Amino acid sequence: MTGNPALAIETHELVKVYGETRALDGLDLTVRTGTIHGVLGPNGAGKTTAMKILATLLQPTSGNAQVFGHDVVREASAVRRRIGLTGQTMALDEDMTGLQNLILAGRLQGLRHRPATARAEQLLEAFELTEVGNRLVKTYSGGQKRRIDVAASMVVTHELLFLDEPTTGLDPRSRSEVWQMIRVLVQDGGTILLTTQYLDEADQMADDLTLIDHGRVVARGTPAELKTSRADGVLEVLLTDPSRRAEAGTLLARAIGAGVDADSDPSRLLVKIPDADQAARALGELARAGISVEDFTLGQPSLDTVFLALTGHSTLDDTREEEAEVRA
Amino acid sequence: MTSSSTQARPAAEFPGRSVPSLQRPPAPGVLFACRTFAWRTLIKLKYVQDHLGTAVVFPVILTLVFTYLLGGAIAGTPGNYLQFFLPGVIVLSLVASSMMSALTLNRDIATGMFDRVRSTPIWQPAVLVGTMGGDVLRYALTSVVPLALGLLLGFRPDGGFAGVVLALLYLQLFTFSVSWLWMFFAVLIPQPTAAAGVVNLLQFILLFGSNILAPSQTMPGWLEAVVKLNPVTHAATTTRGLMHGDLSGGDLTAGLLACAALIVVFATPTALLYNRKQR
Ligand SMILES: Nc1ncnc2c1ncn2[C@@H]1O[C@H](COP(=O)(O)OP(=O)(O)OP(=O)(O)O)[C@@H](O)[C@H]1O
Ligand SMILES: [Mg+2]
Repeated sequence: MTGNPALAIETHELVKVYGETRALDGLDLTVRTGTIHGVLGPNGAGKTTAMKILATLLQPTSGNAQVFGHDVVREASAVRRRIGLTGQTMALDEDMTGLQNLILAGRLQGLRHRPATARAEQLLEAFELTEVGNRLVKTYSGGQKRRIDVAASMVVTHELLFLDEPTTGLDPRSRSEVWQMIRVLVQDGGTILLTTQYLDEADQMADDLTLIDHGRVVARGTPAELKTSRADGVLEVLLTDPSRRAEAGTLLARAIGAGVDADSDPSRLLVKIPDADQAARALGELARAGISVEDFTLGQPSLDTVFLALTGHSTLDDTREEEAEVRA
Repeated sequence: MTSSSTQARPAAEFPGRSVPSLQRPPAPGVLFACRTFAWRTLIKLKYVQDHLGTAVVFPVILTLVFTYLLGGAIAGTPGNYLQFFLPGVIVLSLVASSMMSALTLNRDIATGMFDRVRSTPIWQPAVLVGTMGGDVLRYALTSVVPLALGLLLGFRPDGGFAGVVLALLYLQLFTFSVSWLWMFFAVLIPQPTAAAGVVNLLQFILLFGSNILAPSQTMPGWLEAVVKLNPVTHAATTTRGLMHGDLSGGDLTAGLLACAALIVVFATPTALLYNRKQR
């Protein structure tokens, strides 16, 4: 097989058509081995579809995809020996107990009954589900079901783990526990492909991110790269004298051509700024004009800003431009 | 105040929880895969009241109601009717119970369970084969309950012990065959409620459009013709004949052909549909 050994996932021009819908429209995704890779995108962007193709559950309409160099269509069984999956829809038998569901998951991977049981008990404990382990899953709360479902994809250590919105519906504490477990998996050499609706989660968890929209890649890079490449930073200035805010705003807009927003706090001014040099210039201008500054902070834009900026509009040409911009 | 966010991952707020890594064992063999699904079928028997209901309560109620409420009117005395009806009750309970695994499979496909199974290296047909294997025990239980009740109430099979055992063995074959019919619809129809609706309706037609409750000779000609097309009719005739030791060669052949027809018509399309299934 061709393929780069440093890559866990490599797709080329992946297309999936459902009737009229082009769920994937030429997706090129690469995931480095040993990393947590986040896939972000609005509802219907094609995240689940991509994941299902990679997990050998769906056939692409065209294009190809490789997992550790194995073609997901022609070498599906080789791929299945290396992957684990927690899909977006729950993969539990509600008429079985949580413990039994985990034993079943272990046996599906080839664990004999006794090791599967021992492992299931270990997972129940790690996910704080021991007390409910012997109850039928249909009596579980939503978050308990989700945790069992995530635990079921950890019955053995997979080289590549697909997690489709693993923390949706979890309370902050459970979310952070699931994150912690995912991090440990990567320390052991595993690779994780993760989709999430929580941008802070993507920001903190993922080594690399791919933003997709309408089945195409809109942007890719590390969380830091994405934030600096697309949206501007924000310089927040706290003035000593609130009455000079308007004056300061006009000055900055003229001197450095920056966008300026007033805050609800009358002494605060928000200045969109491309880099630290411009920030220094802005502060210099204020000092020269004799407008004294109480305090300032220079912040990076949040991933939310980037996400909205990149997916908020829909013309294809714009999308291509942005993609080029980010890659450059 | 906003602060510049950093690239380093923050320390876990709730440290200490982690799962030790566990080497993936070699891919499970065919037999182990089948045993896994058989195991699942059997543990569900313990928990799912539906299963227990069809296996125990349903046949008991049916036997009592039909024998004492209607038996006298249909066959003169409840005792007479019981001799005719009891083998039919067993068929009835088994057919009802044979739907359960198909409905489980259908629910698996509707939820993510199907995807999880599909993404593992397990021998995929084990889902069908193993489940049906586990069902053998369930069917044995299902047939023993009405039989024991019948014997208690005065059912006296003229075929003796051997006849009854042969009849039960035949019924295992028949139930296996008819479960392919349900499996077919379970795989064909994606929505669980729709699938359950179709399967229940079909079951109703098969059971009441048969000679389980009354001999087909007593029916109007057109109905008799329809009833004779129903595989359940031939299964009931064969079961009765074996239990009472008066089975004709022709009836036995018809009973076996009914099984063969069900398997030929439904097993292959079900397996093909299942393999191609993508959600
Ligand atoms: N089985 C299907 N039949 C028809 N259309 C489908 C099917 N599955 C997905 N689609 C369509 O394909 C597109 C991509 O769906 P997908 O589930 O991959 O989105 P997603 O990015 O996972 O969205 P979400 O964030 O809501 O989970 C959507 O427009 C969806 O309606
Ligand atoms: Mg999705």
